[in-house]
Amino acid sequence: MTGDGAGDQVSGGESQVSGAGDQVSGGESYGDFEPVIGLEVHCELRTRTKLFCGCPNSFGDAPNTNVCPVCLGLPGSLPVLNAKAVELAMRIGTALHCDIRPSSFHRKNYFYPDMPKDYQVSQYDEPINVGGWLELPDGSRVGIVRAHIEEDTGKTTHAGGTGRIHGSSYSLVDYNRAGVPLVEIVSEPDIRSAAQARLYAAELRAILVATGASDGRMEEGSMRVDANVSVRRRGASELGTRCEVKNLNSLRSLTRAIDYEVRRQVGIIEKGGAVAQETRHFDEAQGATVAMRSKEEAFDYRYFPEPDLVPLAPDAAWQSEVAASLGPMPAERRSRVSELIGARGGTAGDGATSASQIATVVELGLDGLVEAAVTSGVDPGLALARAANEAAAGGDAARGLDPAGFTALLKLEAARKLSATQAKAVLAEMLLHGGDPATIARAKGFEVMDEGELATVVRQVVDESPGEWHRYLEGEEKLAQFFVGKVMKATRGRADGKAVIAALDRLRS
Amino acid sequence: MSAGLDQPAERAGLTGSAALTSEVAAYVARLARIELSAGELDRFAKQLGAVLEHASQVNALDTGDVEPTAHPLPLRNVLRKDEPRPSLERDAVLAEAPASEDGCFKVPRILAEER
Ligand SMILES: [Zn+2]
Repeated sequence: MTGDGAGDQVSGGESQVSGAGDQVSGGESYGDFEPVIGLEVHCELRTRTKLFCGCPNSFGDAPNTNVCPVCLGLPGSLPVLNAKAVELAMRIGTALHCDIRPSSFHRKNYFYPDMPKDYQVSQYDEPINVGGWLELPDGSRVGIVRAHIEEDTGKTTHAGGTGRIHGSSYSLVDYNRAGVPLVEIVSEPDIRSAAQARLYAAELRAILVATGASDGRMEEGSMRVDANVSVRRRGASELGTRCEVKNLNSLRSLTRAIDYEVRRQVGIIEKGGAVAQETRHFDEAQGATVAMRSKEEAFDYRYFPEPDLVPLAPDAAWQSEVAASLGPMPAERRSRVSELIGARGGTAGDGATSASQIATVVELGLDGLVEAAVTSGVDPGLALARAANEAAAGGDAARGLDPAGFTALLKLEAARKLSATQAKAVLAEMLLHGGDPATIARAKGFEVMDEGELATVVRQVVDESPGEWHRYLEGEEKLAQFFVGKVMKATRGRADGKAVIAALDRLRS
Repeated sequence: MSAGLDQPAERAGLTGSAALTSEVAAYVARLARIELSAGELDRFAKQLGAVLEHASQVNALDTGDVEPTAHPLPLRNVLRKDEPRPSLERDAVLAEAPASEDGCFKVPRILAEER
């Protein structure tokens, strides 16, 4: 739980591969062994205020500016549950096919300065959401044990020494995050590979975003994953001893950590040893899981009912209101985009690229842009590529793009009134400041290069590189890209790649 | 934070028998970060034992037909709207702390465990 504020450097690009399988090489072969994996995902809820007080739930503010007597645990203060947090927890439970049950809150007691109260309020034996399942894009299903409400902890930074706990001389604590509402989603140990774990986490993230419960930003710690990993001989029915791997704050860390941990456990068993049950921490730099030191009684949390909070029991009316307000989930939206694209005559790219792009646009909530563009006649391949790559790179701003403007831009590009490079530049400007694509293009001085002007530049470039031109004439086709690059540089992106190749062809014949 | 519901207190012998050893009292004291002398441990073990024994009388009752009580108040769903309220002034908050630095609470280095 602590150390999760460290953050990783994975940007929006991370999500672009999420739908397309894993990045673990070599097909994850563990010989005679089979991994058994369950994931615990902590999701920060997108409320305006904290779980039990009116302090803002806001990432990135100056330290300790969003604190009050309740979240600082000052004597005499009393918590009151945030209705929106309950609603979002119910949205998550409904999307994961859980039963919504009467629930209650407990205190989990421990001594660690990330909670000023010395306890964390969490749902224990009566969670709000019980049972359920999540279907992955590959058709496999992972069971959900529970999805309960709890409060987040503060953020500790270890100062002096190495920045890690051991060797630091003191710690600095920021309680802005203490009391921020979380839902912890616990899966059944149904996952059998690092790749499947990644698919699960990516699909869950897409669902959390689609329900409006989360912004899904792993790099900001909005979604954090712990993995329970064990191995057993193939065909065995009993489970092996498991280790809990913490601090997985990107999909990449998740796959790397699981792959490492499975190999480590297999290695121990193959040498005749026994895996010790312990909590391990994933060290990004080393690419290894490392045992965390813990005292035996550190796990005696002395749970007891939180006397300051009364039971929660959403009635049937509230539950159906929540269910009715849920929009279509990612799986349904992906098939809708696929069908639309299929109906418009396929895609420009290959199937895998297109599936991955569809997954990305749905995950980021950009499928509306693609639908608008394709419905008004834009080439599906172009619409998908611009949405999944250039628009997606704009982060949050992408969701604010005007579908009509996006469509108009792609039409300019398709009509060759803008080169691909120019279109991308216009899109970047639209993401930053909004505006009409044609106006932006004019302001940037973008205009079509007429054929004569382009031919002159191509001629020049060819004259400058006689060696390459000779090889191109001899049939080395890939050199076309070399010339395209030269022309792009000479024209600062004003030329159109396809037009350049056509001009080269004309010169060659 | 696993959802495991095992109760270490049971393992430590805190439930059931009313007899409470000073070993268990020492365990409870350690959990609460309270340092006690041998004499105090002995005394508190007896006192805690008496409290447990008193509470254990309830176990003798047949409660088969009684609804479990989740809270003494007959209330459910006490909720507030998701509306921000002003937080405290940081300077005032940090002034109450033994030490602070860069807008943060400054605490001694954490020796034992990383949770
Ligand atoms: Zn507060």
